[in-house]
Parts: sequence; C-alpha cells; structure tokens
Amino acid sequence: MEHRDDIGAKLGMWVFIFTEILLFGGLFLVYTVMRGRYAADFHSAAHHLNAFIGTINTLVLLISSATVAMSITAVQKGHNKFAVLLLFITLVCAAIFMVNKYFEWGHKFQIGLYPGSDLMLTMNHGQVMFFSLYFFMTGLHMFHLVVGGIILTIVMVKVNSGAINSTRYVLLENGGLYWHLVDLIWIFLFPLLYLIT
Amino acid sequence: MEAETVHITPYRTYAWVLITLLAFTFLTITVTWINLSALTVLVALAIATIKAGIVLTYFMHLKFESSLFRIFVVGVLAIYVLVIIFTMSDYLFR
Repeated sequence: MEHRDDIGAKLGMWVFIFTEILLFGGLFLVYTVMRGRYAADFHSAAHHLNAFIGTINTLVLLISSATVAMSITAVQKGHNKFAVLLLFITLVCAAIFMVNKYFEWGHKFQIGLYPGSDLMLTMNHGQVMFFSLYFFMTGLHMFHLVVGGIILTIVMVKVNSGAINSTRYVLLENGGLYWHLVDLIWIFLFPLLYLIT
Repeated sequence: MEAETVHITPYRTYAWVLITLLAFTFLTITVTWINLSALTVLVALAIATIKAGIVLTYFMHLKFESSLFRIFVVGVLAIYVLVIIFTMSDYLFR
C-alpha cells in the first residue's frame, strides 16, 4: 500500500498561502498608510485607471474560481473529461485576464506612464506613490496568475491522463487553493485601486 | 486510509456561490457610483471582506475541512489584524 497524507499536503499548501497573505498584507499596509497621507493624490491618480477593464477582470477571475472548484466535484464523481473542460475554461479566463492587462498596461506605457518615466517625475509624490503601488501590486498579482496558470495546466494534463482521479486528487485541490488565493487578492485590489475615484 | 467520508460539493452550490459573488461585485460598483464620501471605502472594504469570506468558506472548502484548518486561518488573520493595529497606532500616535 502506498503512503500518502492528503490532509498534510493540504496543510502545507495552506501554510504557503499564509505566507502569501502576509506578503500582500504588507503591501496593503503600505497602501493604507500612503492613502491616509495622500488621500487627494490617490483620488486623482485613480482616475487614470480603467474601471471597466478592472470590472471585466473581476468577473473573469470569479468565474474561473468557480470552474476550478467545480472541477474538483467533477473529478470526485469520476467525470474526468468534464473536469478537463472546466480547467480549460479556467485557463481561458486566465488568458482573457492577461490580454486585458496587456491592453491596460500597454496603454499606460504608451502615454508614458510607467515607474521611473519622465511623466511620473512631474507628478506629486502621492500620485507617484499610487502608481508605484498600482504597478507593483497588480504586477505581483499577475505573476501569481501566470504561476497559477502553469500549475493548472499541469493539473489539467494529469486529470486528462488519469494520474489525477477520484481516488487521488490532492494536487488538483492544492492547485485550486492557489488559484482561489489569486482570486482572493484581486477581490481586495479591485476596489482599493480602481474604485476610489 | 481515510476514516472520514469525502464531502462532494454539488455543482449547484458553486453556481449559487458564483452568482452571489457576482451580485456583491455589482453592489460594490453601484456603491462607489452613489458616492457616500468617507463611507464608500468602508462599504467597499466590508463587501470585499464578505466576498473573501465566501471564497474561503466554499471555494477553498474550509467549511468541509477539519476544524484545524479553520483555526489556522483565523489565527493567521488575527496576526495580520494585530500587525495593522500596531503599525497604525505607531504611525498615527507617534
């Protein structure tokens, strides 16, 4: 009989998620202090963000989280083909998110708005702070999204091959946990960056 | 071997959770349009916290895991709240 400990595996994943929460937590703390100090600047700087793209990306991430959660149900019921489809939808959502981000950031770079640019040097300190936090926090979030996409691709291949099945699926569960973390962070980033105008 | 039976969450549950989360998202956007000035941030954060709670409970399966997981999560969030309180009290009343 093989030895495995699914509870232990999940607990390990949660410990990792805690470190991620504290990582982003630190950034949210910086955001809170800086916003308290430069409330007016944050307000005016946020006008440059595209709330429509932000909203679309929020919806896309919520849907992708639901499909990952459903894929676990599918695998538990032995419907591996359906699980692969659900994971594929998740990856499509991730791709849509990335394309939106490409246009969003691309537009900002085009008008000369990026960390260290000449335009940023002409701004108030508070506005520079806002955009620095915006690029760093959404950038770090995007990095997590890419990593999550890679993990879920591996998981999808394994579900397809049957290596992940109704008797062993802890890798799918942990990949799902990571994906929900990406969603969780965005739930706070969205109102704090896009909706403060 | 696993002593406890595995809990299989029905698709229906996840569909309802998704609809709830989408509804809260539109609520946040509407609230920021109405513009309650200082209250807006608090309302937006309150809604975000509710959404995060729903994601943790259902999508991340905390409701169906052993209570050890819930204790850990609550503990870590408590530590984070303490960090916020200490930092802000230092920053505001220095």
